[in-house]
Amino acid sequence: MIRATINNVEIEVPEGTTILWAAKKAGFTIPTLCNHPDLPPGGQCGICVVEIEGLPGLKRACMTPIGEGFKIKTHTPRIQATRRQLVELILSDHDTSCLTCVKNNNCELQQLAATVGINTVDYKNESRKKHPIDHSSVAIVRDPNKCILCGRCLTVCSQVQTVNALAVNHRGSETLISTAFDAGLGNSVCINCGQCVVHCPVGALYERSATEEVWEALHDPDKFVVVQEAPAVRVMLGEEFGMPVGTLVSGKMHAALRRMGFDAVLDTNFAADLTIMEEGTELISRLTSGKNLPLITSCSPGWIKFMETFFHDMIPHMSTAKSPQQMFGALAKTYYAKEKGIDPAKIVSVSIMPCTAKKFECLRPEMNASGYRDVDYVLTSREIGRMMREAGIDMNEMPDEHADPILGEYTGAATIFGATGGVMEAAVRSAYALVTGKELEDVEITPVRGLKGIKEAEIDIEGTKVKVAVAHSCGHARALLEKVQDQMRKDGKSEYQFIEVMACPGGCVGGGGQSWGSNMAKRARRGESLYAEDRSLPMRRSHENPEVQAAYEKFLEKPNSEKAHKLLHTHYFKRSAVDGKILPG
Amino acid sequence: MSEEKQCQCAEIQEEELYPRLEEVINQHRGKGEDLIMVLHKAQNLFGYLPRRAQEMVAEGLNVSLNEVYGVITFYNFFSTVPQGRNSVKICLGTACYVRGSQEVLDKAQKELGIKVGGTTEDRRYSLDVVRCIGACGLAPAMLVNEDVYGRVKSPHLVDILKKYE
Repeated sequence: MIRATINNVEIEVPEGTTILWAAKKAGFTIPTLCNHPDLPPGGQCGICVVEIEGLPGLKRACMTPIGEGFKIKTHTPRIQATRRQLVELILSDHDTSCLTCVKNNNCELQQLAATVGINTVDYKNESRKKHPIDHSSVAIVRDPNKCILCGRCLTVCSQVQTVNALAVNHRGSETLISTAFDAGLGNSVCINCGQCVVHCPVGALYERSATEEVWEALHDPDKFVVVQEAPAVRVMLGEEFGMPVGTLVSGKMHAALRRMGFDAVLDTNFAADLTIMEEGTELISRLTSGKNLPLITSCSPGWIKFMETFFHDMIPHMSTAKSPQQMFGALAKTYYAKEKGIDPAKIVSVSIMPCTAKKFECLRPEMNASGYRDVDYVLTSREIGRMMREAGIDMNEMPDEHADPILGEYTGAATIFGATGGVMEAAVRSAYALVTGKELEDVEITPVRGLKGIKEAEIDIEGTKVKVAVAHSCGHARALLEKVQDQMRKDGKSEYQFIEVMACPGGCVGGGGQSWGSNMAKRARRGESLYAEDRSLPMRRSHENPEVQAAYEKFLEKPNSEKAHKLLHTHYFKRSAVDGKILPG
Repeated sequence: MSEEKQCQCAEIQEEELYPRLEEVINQHRGKGEDLIMVLHKAQNLFGYLPRRAQEMVAEGLNVSLNEVYGVITFYNFFSTVPQGRNSVKICLGTACYVRGSQEVLDKAQKELGIKVGGTTEDRRYSLDVVRCIGACGLAPAMLVNEDVYGRVKSPHLVDILKKYE
């Protein structure tokens, strides 16, 4: 333990604690800008400087471990003047059109300017270069004029996700965080995961919005607008209305969407149960044939593009089952339209997702199994939060309501899709029953839960041992798959039979479409909340879902039937590691 | 770009250089820490760093393409455009600047139809600025290849450039 004083308050902290965290313990918040609790400190911005008695100059609190006997001052006039000067310099080179910025009221630079007491900017930069906004991606917009070069986006892109779509290019006053050849995110290896978006402190990165298009559809009397909501949305949306992190608002969410004017409020969770039927059946057939093992899950579109770009040899291992969003889309304009007697051409299919990559997924050319665009518009959780506020809806005041039939019922197995390990757990619950004809007594498969990067478990299906692994964030997925590649090279097979991958840290609860200022602590709380909903539901196994059973009976025949294959399964492409485009052949 | 394509001889020559780049990369395969050295050698080979060479270096050294691009765009030494046969460098050091070298530069950009860092389509000239060439007594000064010109006034510029084919 190290003893030191911060502003005359004595503290005792473990060795290696940074001054920033030690100060927090002593009750002082040192302002920061580039620092993020989940990322290694970079020391770019210099806002967190402090004085240490006897040492020359100012030290960056985020990077300086506290030393024995340090006497630290965090808010002297010299420090305050330095901080103000730094913020003024950043502001002199920043597009300060705050009122029209997507980050207005959620911007860390705005808050910092208020915290350090900026009331004038003495530096004028008349020659500030106006950069073009990068609109090349269908999922993410990048505005370099708002960028403060803190580097959080590229740290998460390179170190956490190992995608390396972003880097610091050019130099001096020309420095720009951009893609290779400045070709734009849409012409790069970017997987659209949106982790850069949720880590950006300012408004330099945000989703390509579809709110205008959805408003238009809602106000068009000729359109029948259906909406589906992903599992992870229901444990985040409350935050948009000031509720504690992780508050479960399934019922209130359905009520709010109904009041916004959606013609049918359905639920992606229905399609998650359906996914389990398809993927579980696929797992059993692969286990039986022994071909293309391990089977790898395919629900996360960021992960899909990552695999298509960096792991061409894993394509045969991917589950061909579409993601729940796309299964839902394919059924909405076929089965649902037929049962409800609605012309599918009039259906506008909207999905609410914790994800930016879903915007890319819905536009993939092959996602038109219904004969129409299966999903027309994807809104992130943030966008629907904005739209609800625009519509004057307060989530806090909503009653609890159910989703509409016949694509609205769901089990606990579906709702845990939103947390890392959830798809695996749901699949095992049903695969066990499909193989043995008996039900798992204890449906909770705890080894695959939690935020450890790579989790493993061995499942005993009446004597057949199935080794499974779960990875979340693409960096962990890369490590796991390299291990699988190694094993296959050496032994011709992998120790694993089934692998779940989610592109984002924590799974969908930590997706790139979730609220600003996401961090691991929040992701954990949202995940716990999903497991709590699972425990509270009367049905916890996907194959028990009566609406899923009805869909097979009336329309799809049986899992992996020809019809199911046409509507609910897909294929993948090899992509270039230079620009992410589909390779010929 | 289409202009460049017309010059068949240059295309073919560049094509022939890629196997040699491959040899260079082979000596550093998988060693990301050798990036700058390899880029240096690649630039000596091609005279600049064509996009395909950048892609080969990234793949060969197992670094991301973006890291390669970041390094290239950081260091002035590296160029992503082909260099002209004649290198025109205008001094913007303090002495030259106060004696009007900005005017000379403006004129050069206008005459050649290119910006600083660019190369004319016929690859006759490349234009760059330098900060002091030690000829302050002759300000404003400029360099064409190894030749130093002093007390350059913009009207002289055309005559100077004409000498170089």
